[in-house]
Amino acid sequence: MIIGAPKELQAGEKRVAMTPDSAGQLQKLGFECVLEAGAGIEAGFSDATYKAAGVKIVKTAASLWKQSDIIIKVQAVSQAEEAHLKAGKTIVSFFWPAQNKELLDRVVSSGSNQIAMDMVPRISRAQKMDALSSMANIAGYRAVIEAGNHFGRFFTGQITAAGKVPPAKVLVIGAGVAGLAAIGTAQSLGAIVRAFDVRPEVAEQIESMGAEFLMLEFDEDGSGEGGYAKPASPEFIEKEMALFREQAPEIDIVITTALIPGRPAPKLWPAEMVGLMKSGSVVVDLAAEQGGNCDLTKPNKVIKTENGVTIIGYTDFPSRMSAQSSTLYATNIRHMLDDLTPENDGNIFINLEDDVIRGALVSHNGDLMFPPPAPKVAAIGKQPATPAPVELTAAEKAALEQAAIRKSGQQQIGLLVFGGLFMLLIGSFAPASFMQHFIVFALSCFVGFQVIWNVSHALHTPLMAVTNAISGIIILGALLQIGSSSFIVTLLASISVLIATINIVGGFMVTRRMLAMFQKS
Amino acid sequence: MLSSNIVTAIYIAASVLFILSLGGLSNQEKAKRAVWFGIVGMALAVFGTVFGPQVSGFIWIIPMILIGSIIGVIVAQRVEMTGMPQLVAALHTFVGLAAVFIGINSHIDPPSGLIGAELIIHDVEVFVGVFIGAVTATGSVIAYGKLSGSIDGKALLLPARNWLNLAAVLACLWLGTLFLDHAGPWTLYLMTAIAFLFGAHLVMAIGGADMPVVVSMLNSYSGWAAAATGFLLGNDLLIVTGALVGASGAILSYIMCKAMNRSFISVILGGWGTSTGVAQEVEGEMIATDVSSVASDLMDAQSIIIVPGYGMAVAQAQGAVSEITRRLRDKGKNVRFAIHPVAGRLPGHMNVLLAEAKVPYDIVLEMDEINNDFSDTDMVIILGANDIVNPAAQDDPNSPIAGMPVLEVWKAGQVIISKRGQGRGYSGIENPLFFKDNSRMLYGDAKASLDQLLAQITS
Repeated sequence: MIIGAPKELQAGEKRVAMTPDSAGQLQKLGFECVLEAGAGIEAGFSDATYKAAGVKIVKTAASLWKQSDIIIKVQAVSQAEEAHLKAGKTIVSFFWPAQNKELLDRVVSSGSNQIAMDMVPRISRAQKMDALSSMANIAGYRAVIEAGNHFGRFFTGQITAAGKVPPAKVLVIGAGVAGLAAIGTAQSLGAIVRAFDVRPEVAEQIESMGAEFLMLEFDEDGSGEGGYAKPASPEFIEKEMALFREQAPEIDIVITTALIPGRPAPKLWPAEMVGLMKSGSVVVDLAAEQGGNCDLTKPNKVIKTENGVTIIGYTDFPSRMSAQSSTLYATNIRHMLDDLTPENDGNIFINLEDDVIRGALVSHNGDLMFPPPAPKVAAIGKQPATPAPVELTAAEKAALEQAAIRKSGQQQIGLLVFGGLFMLLIGSFAPASFMQHFIVFALSCFVGFQVIWNVSHALHTPLMAVTNAISGIIILGALLQIGSSSFIVTLLASISVLIATINIVGGFMVTRRMLAMFQKS
Repeated sequence: MLSSNIVTAIYIAASVLFILSLGGLSNQEKAKRAVWFGIVGMALAVFGTVFGPQVSGFIWIIPMILIGSIIGVIVAQRVEMTGMPQLVAALHTFVGLAAVFIGINSHIDPPSGLIGAELIIHDVEVFVGVFIGAVTATGSVIAYGKLSGSIDGKALLLPARNWLNLAAVLACLWLGTLFLDHAGPWTLYLMTAIAFLFGAHLVMAIGGADMPVVVSMLNSYSGWAAAATGFLLGNDLLIVTGALVGASGAILSYIMCKAMNRSFISVILGGWGTSTGVAQEVEGEMIATDVSSVASDLMDAQSIIIVPGYGMAVAQAQGAVSEITRRLRDKGKNVRFAIHPVAGRLPGHMNVLLAEAKVPYDIVLEMDEINNDFSDTDMVIILGANDIVNPAAQDDPNSPIAGMPVLEVWKAGQVIISKRGQGRGYSGIENPLFFKDNSRMLYGDAKASLDQLLAQITS
């Protein structure tokens, strides 16, 4: 099958769904790749680099749509592109089916298949094709960079000859992928970062990124289905506002990332909070497209309030880093196609039993497939509560150690007593010649134990080989018997001499061979 | 002819040389000299005995020693380093068998002039010596078969196997009392047959990752068999040497058992202990990766630890590993090896394989030396190891391997696991490591994967 990536038509969209790298991977899956001329230019990929990766370049969008069985895109099909939709074609792109009902109906009636990258369920198996997370990661990073651009001070605190610079204080609201990326970025620029989220289980993630989690003392779990937050109760919001009111005057930069699926963004940073902030502060609203977390946000605009607070309402953060976002998005698409091509033979198979594919599929052979059944696996596995290990005090530890020493001492004494009695028992029955040999035996055991403890672990195999060789000492027994008058004894002794010699010679030779191999660098 | 006092003096010298030889194995450089102590000691002992007062029958001795030496040289030169476990097991068979023959000989042709307690002691020595020898011999044959793959490596668990073992031991004890009662040589031969079966059954019930314990245990037995023969013949050198070897095998068995957090008894009784509860469910997915992405990650990594396991030996991948290590070190990266005490099928097996492939031994570290360094490591590559890197040993009290010391590889930045397929390890335990976020599975034969990796690193 042929995969085609057209030039994005939406104004300001700089991303592209195929990169030279991903094209190479797609070809390994058995697909042919075509690209509309110039589609990658805005993301920094020239037609020549695509050609070098084996991609065919076509002049017009029309001929690309005609040739390709699978169209990969960033944005949903535009009005101009709808004309090309045909039964049997599969389009893979962002779609937002809940917000684009009419477009979805038109796509369904055209008979073409649509896979919505924004509908990929958030389960671990699907992480590799979770384009929303890839884009959110970029958005979080870029949000901090944009904030820095409009913020008149350093992020990091410094003490210079020209005076002391306090570090910037950054508040991140919503610790999803974008929020965590923003925390990490701000943290690495040297700011003091605080973060808030309604889902208590993300506290650990926030702290792992180096930020301080603003704890809300309230008994309500805000986690909803699929790893997103659910709408909060009014009492909860009241508490939350009180917390923000406390923070607002201190904070230099606020980055809001709160989204609830299928609803307008919650108003977490009302005008009142903006009013409390210092002049020169910056608010970056990553939810601007869904109406914004801040009352004053104007989508796609940067505004300055009367009290000097800048509010950034861009909706195209990923597109502002088109090279990075194209690379990640193209990889997500490639993984999606990988799952769609179970045989790696260049033919896609839409498996409706597959949770991930079913979740992302919104139109299939003229049937409306949206909304999908709920995913079966919780996005973040809830850890069973484990009791914290009890910390021992120094005294308890010492007591334990003492007990261990006493125990081993008792064991040793027990063994000695037992050994002594055993010796007495033997001594009272066995003849003198035996006792003499027994002394030798007991002492040899002790010498053996002492010597072997010092052998380095790395040399255990040579040790086995060498002990093997010297246990061939049993040859002495056979040698002493070989001159017997009984033929059977002589025969058995001869065989013993033979096999014991194999043992001795083989054991020593192989030990030498092994030891010669150990070399120092 | 040497007088018996001279022979005794030679034996003392040989004993000292053997002790020095074992003691010298405390480090790699000394060890090379130490082997010569052993060889000289052995040569002295054999020379002294052959030319001593008690020996005649050179017609037999000389050809046997010659033939034996030639076979020994051929075997030692031909053996692959991956085949060391089998060779060691095979050699144990010989010691066991020799002990059986010598014991039976001593019964057929007893030393003259034994009366009273001396005769009883002699009979007991014959009986014990033959028993240990027989168990060692067949046990080693089975171990050889399992290690070389001609017998299924899994544990054979007969129903009531512990009762069978107990019955065998009791039968031998009963035959022993009959033997001391002069019931006739049949008791000795019957006991030998039972002991042969007992040794085979004992090792049949032990499998896979427990094999290092078995091999070192048989090593120990072969020593005790030699010591028993020494008592039988009143030969102190045999006693000393046998005790040294026995002690050495016992300590190795102890170290191996400790490394698996299992008691010696439970290993000997065979099979895996039953867990007391349900093991934790493993959530998540194994994420596959490919050679080219591993290669590019390797280029980015500064510190790398390689954890080899039995799978590396099976795939004969040590040469490729060594070459990759050399290339990476040339690029200034810190590459080290982490060896778990029970990795492989023989104590120290991995060290020998890596040494054969010319990996310098000072970058090959023991578990205790390297376990704290994983958190500062960018990348860990696991080659055909499973249970020894299983975090369930620490996290899941119901896991069958709970409490076993393991290499804490999951603390590293990224873990690449080279594995043939999605199957479980020897113990049949699910390994949560494979499902961790920072783990990537590199499926395929370890050698094929590494050869490709080498090509990518070089280009």
